[in-house]
Amino acid sequence: MKKAVRFFAVALAALMLLTTLAGCGEDYSDKIVLGGIGPVTGTASTYGTSVRNAMQIAIDEINANGGVNGVKLAMIFQDDEADGTKAKSAYETLMDKGMDILIGAVTSGASVALNDLTAKDGILQITPSASQIEAAQNPNSFRVCFTDPLQGIAMAEYAYQTLGYKKVAIIHNHDDDYSTGMYQAFVERYKELGGTISEDVSFSKDASDFSAQMTKIAASDAEFLYMPIYAEKAAQIVITANEKGVNLPLVGGDGLDGILEYLTGDNAKLVEGLIFLTPFVSTDEAANVKAFTETYTKKYGKAPDQFAADAYDAVYLAKLALEKAGVTSPDAINNAALIAAMTEIELDGLTGKMTFDANGEPQKGAKVAKIENGVYVAQ
Amino acid sequence: MQMLISTIIDGLNLGSVYALVALGYSMVYGIAKMLNFAHGDVIMVGIYTIFVGLNMLSLPAPVTILMCVAVCALLGFTVEKLAYKPLRNSTPLSVLITAIGVSYLLQNVALLIFKSDRKFLQSFISLGKLTIGEFEMPIISLVIWGTTLVIMIALDIFIKKTSMGRAMLAVSEDKGAAQLMGVNVNRTISITFIIGSALAGIAAILYAAKYQNVDPYTGSVFGIKAFAAAVFGGIGSIPGAMIGGLSLGLIEALTIGFLPDSLAAASDGVAYALLILMLILKPSGLLGKKRVEKV
Repeated sequence: MKKAVRFFAVALAALMLLTTLAGCGEDYSDKIVLGGIGPVTGTASTYGTSVRNAMQIAIDEINANGGVNGVKLAMIFQDDEADGTKAKSAYETLMDKGMDILIGAVTSGASVALNDLTAKDGILQITPSASQIEAAQNPNSFRVCFTDPLQGIAMAEYAYQTLGYKKVAIIHNHDDDYSTGMYQAFVERYKELGGTISEDVSFSKDASDFSAQMTKIAASDAEFLYMPIYAEKAAQIVITANEKGVNLPLVGGDGLDGILEYLTGDNAKLVEGLIFLTPFVSTDEAANVKAFTETYTKKYGKAPDQFAADAYDAVYLAKLALEKAGVTSPDAINNAALIAAMTEIELDGLTGKMTFDANGEPQKGAKVAKIENGVYVAQ
Repeated sequence: MQMLISTIIDGLNLGSVYALVALGYSMVYGIAKMLNFAHGDVIMVGIYTIFVGLNMLSLPAPVTILMCVAVCALLGFTVEKLAYKPLRNSTPLSVLITAIGVSYLLQNVALLIFKSDRKFLQSFISLGKLTIGEFEMPIISLVIWGTTLVIMIALDIFIKKTSMGRAMLAVSEDKGAAQLMGVNVNRTISITFIIGSALAGIAAILYAAKYQNVDPYTGSVFGIKAFAAAVFGGIGSIPGAMIGGLSLGLIEALTIGFLPDSLAAASDGVAYALLILMLILKPSGLLGKKRVEKV
């Protein structure tokens, strides 16, 4: 027994040494290094994994087409487990390895934790998916996704103007920044447009029973139910809503993406017709989305999600900025010129046609998806 | 008016689930004199057992239900043997800490096996709704009320009338004296845990039928509330657990239903504030007996 333990210890040590050596072995000196930071282990691991996968696809594509002004791109990806402190050390590691542009972090908390570091170094930072306002507050940071309040505003306009609903019932999670951010912006914009808030209820993050909330909504005269929450809670809520006879059309933000994975059997019918704002639907018929979905599915065995699409666009934004700034060698990168270039480029990406304002926010149209016959359909 | 009645029904429905869980807490506390903080997590394991049976193995519902109760009872027995029995003669505090440890252990094992995302079960007991006039009520809630009531009465009879039950009472009074009178204390406590955990299994079935979902923290979240309910009603008292559970459910539903949303957001806070008030006014709980601590 003791012998076996010792053997494993030696083997482990050897393995560790080997991986360190392997890390040193790669040479990035003649390449432009895109650093990625995101969770590839832990509870948020699907987000980081999607981003890493999609970055790899975009970089491979760009390199296959001759790179950026003849210079090849390389990716180094570090795990942060969606944790701010780990993101900081991941960032230092990447800087030591010669990172030129940061794609990340993937989650809001980790991304905000990096604000001071990236601002100090002046490096171009493009986060694919950190939607909290502060994640793009510095002049050097940009984001591909919508902010939470922007989503709320877009949904208020879509519901009032496009769908023509004048009365809303809302249920949101008051323990969650994402939910309250969307909720507040939605309420403000919806009232501004002339809509009525018929019923307004909330729950806490530990809630597992929603019947009292649904009883209230059932008694209201609302024309639709707005759910600025994540799919996991929404799936629980629609089961209770059905039980309480709430048959309103359902509308929500990008957090509802993936709700069908939670609802099996007859319960899947409960979200038929649900409409949510999303930057990306893998079943979209657009040519670029089709091609990307095909490549991604072939390489990783599952359809890409919105995080993948955001990351793919982030890499292409970096490419356009590098070209606009006239970078021809990895040694001649001028961060200021690169950051200035970001506001001059336009990308027709997977998540829509976008330009950037000086605040680092994307200017792009909202895309909407609807669940029809048990699949997500881009509208 | 209709809103009020509907909300009261909601509250009683929720409360009956709390009551069922609180029964398990209270019974084990009443006899073994320990707070089994892992009780909620045994329920969580039970719901995952149903998930495995229904969603993964596609077993028929009756088989799954039996499997759930069996797994819970076995788990309760094992936990007692491995974690609590060795501490039989140590301070209550060490047992309490061990129970918290077991709770975390079960949560983390579930996290390891099933990952953190919530799993949704196939609906397996669909009984429809009962309509009385304007009011609709899912029949599953009636089943939960009924089950809780039946279990409460059955437990009461079991403890008062059978010899095993009397042995339990004796152990709860004084372990040493019970042993001298020929009661097998270890076996009695084991059986208490098996019954308590089987109750957890039944709670798991009813929870699964009503809410149809589970994550590794389901048990502890519900467990804390049920524990509060047990304390509210008077821990150790079986009818007290029932009343405590129903009161807690009612308070929660009524605060959500009738306070403005900014306050309703604190519905848990209101429930716990009432609990604190209760403990200040009547430390032994609503139906709890005053107990003289002998030092």
